[in-house]
Amino acid sequence: MSEIPGDLKFLKSHEWARVEGDGKVTIGISDHAQGLLGDLVYVELPTIGDRVEAGNACAVVESVKAASDVYSPVTGKVVEVNAALSDKPETINEDAYGDGWIFVIEAEEPEQLNELLDPDAYAELLEDEDH
Amino acid sequence: MTQKTILNDSHRALGAKMVDFGGWDMPLHYGSQVEEHHLVRRDAGMFDVSHMTVVDLRGERVREFLRKLVANSVDKLKVPGKALYTTMLEPKGGVIDDLIVYFMSGEFFRLVVNAATRDKDLAWINAQAKPFNVEVTERSDYGMIAVQGPTARERVLGLLDAAGAAVAGKLGKFAAAEVASKDGTPLFIARTGYTGEDGFEIVVPEDKAVALWDALLAAGVKPAGLGARDTLRLEAGMNLYGQDMDETVTPYEAGLAWTVALDADRDFTGRGVLEAQKSAGVPRQLIGLVMDEKGVLRHGQKVLTANGDGEILSGTFSPTLGKAIAFARVPAGAPGDVRVDIRGREVPVRVVKFPFVREGKPQDGV
Repeated sequence: MSEIPGDLKFLKSHEWARVEGDGKVTIGISDHAQGLLGDLVYVELPTIGDRVEAGNACAVVESVKAASDVYSPVTGKVVEVNAALSDKPETINEDAYGDGWIFVIEAEEPEQLNELLDPDAYAELLEDEDH
Repeated sequence: MTQKTILNDSHRALGAKMVDFGGWDMPLHYGSQVEEHHLVRRDAGMFDVSHMTVVDLRGERVREFLRKLVANSVDKLKVPGKALYTTMLEPKGGVIDDLIVYFMSGEFFRLVVNAATRDKDLAWINAQAKPFNVEVTERSDYGMIAVQGPTARERVLGLLDAAGAAVAGKLGKFAAAEVASKDGTPLFIARTGYTGEDGFEIVVPEDKAVALWDALLAAGVKPAGLGARDTLRLEAGMNLYGQDMDETVTPYEAGLAWTVALDADRDFTGRGVLEAQKSAGVPRQLIGLVMDEKGVLRHGQKVLTANGDGEILSGTFSPTLGKAIAFARVPAGAPGDVRVDIRGREVPVRVVKFPFVREGKPQDGV
């Protein structure tokens, strides 16, 4: 498993969030999640301008094997999507924490991020799942 | 309890991701299911299919028994070694399983049936065999490895002794022979498969299966898992039991009319129902679908046609075509403009002939 970058926060459902500093939050799925899904072949992106609620599904990632919802960790407006994933969904397999980001939210309630797991807590969750 | 094939440790040593498949602990992939798929289309790959059930049938009336048991006609098997793909039906015409029948010699035939249906298949075969005095023996002392791909045959031939290589090299499609490897292991080798590529399926004594697997690895054949096996067989237009057909459908409703022989003077189980269905009109049909839009067709999605709704049976992303393909069961008749309901969105799809892919090439119109 690749190193988990220290500036990320996680949902138990394996989404990551990175606070960009200007109220914006970038969201993707974890390296562990892409490994479980296997080769990704399709990403259904949210629409820019949509308002999403924390905990709601707003994107779908599909591998050959299965489709999986992507939940937003924060409430706010979608201000950017990673359109490159439409042609190269496998980018998520190759670089889940970097080029494989999925969308950016302008957070209405940034304090929601405090409820997420830090990298150590997330790593611990994965440990527990293995047993 | 989960069962393991003799190659279980070999899979784990190769880093396989293991999953439960019909009660068996089997490799899903060894890293990338899509790469394994392409490898089989372009070069060669091997699958552990030791979970499948080999059943030997012996007796003076074995041919007469098989004329009754299966919907295809074993009369087509005239030369020892020839193989036949068929279904066996229950009296109402529903499919109990699909299987391959091999004609071994005079009073000896071999069946290979699915793993997930082993118990009911053996119960059915045993019950039907009794009046014919046919001896039914499950060969759990065998392992089985499928080697598939454009270079599969030459790689396997290199592992056989001179006589074996000569015999196996001349095998026609859907034929089999008993040969020996260079180290003297007796092998039953069939030019059959479940990928749409050339290659062999090899039945090997269980205690020699690991050695054969390792020899194939050394010959440059890479392992492929059940994930690739599923995308390869669907591209090749081959049915999967339990998903594309089961006891609630007849072969006519499952795209398997070509495996039913309504030859004269052969009263196979289910024949009456099939004949009645044929003359009354088969109510449902299996069609092939391709989706040009992005996304993936999956089992259970609703299919909308001019004649009513149906559903996706097997659906997947086709690595060779780069788009989604599927089998669907829909009402009979010209289906018109077909759409599939994907998460509430009606996505247009095209009805196409299958196989979708044959020997590495997308077929016309796909």
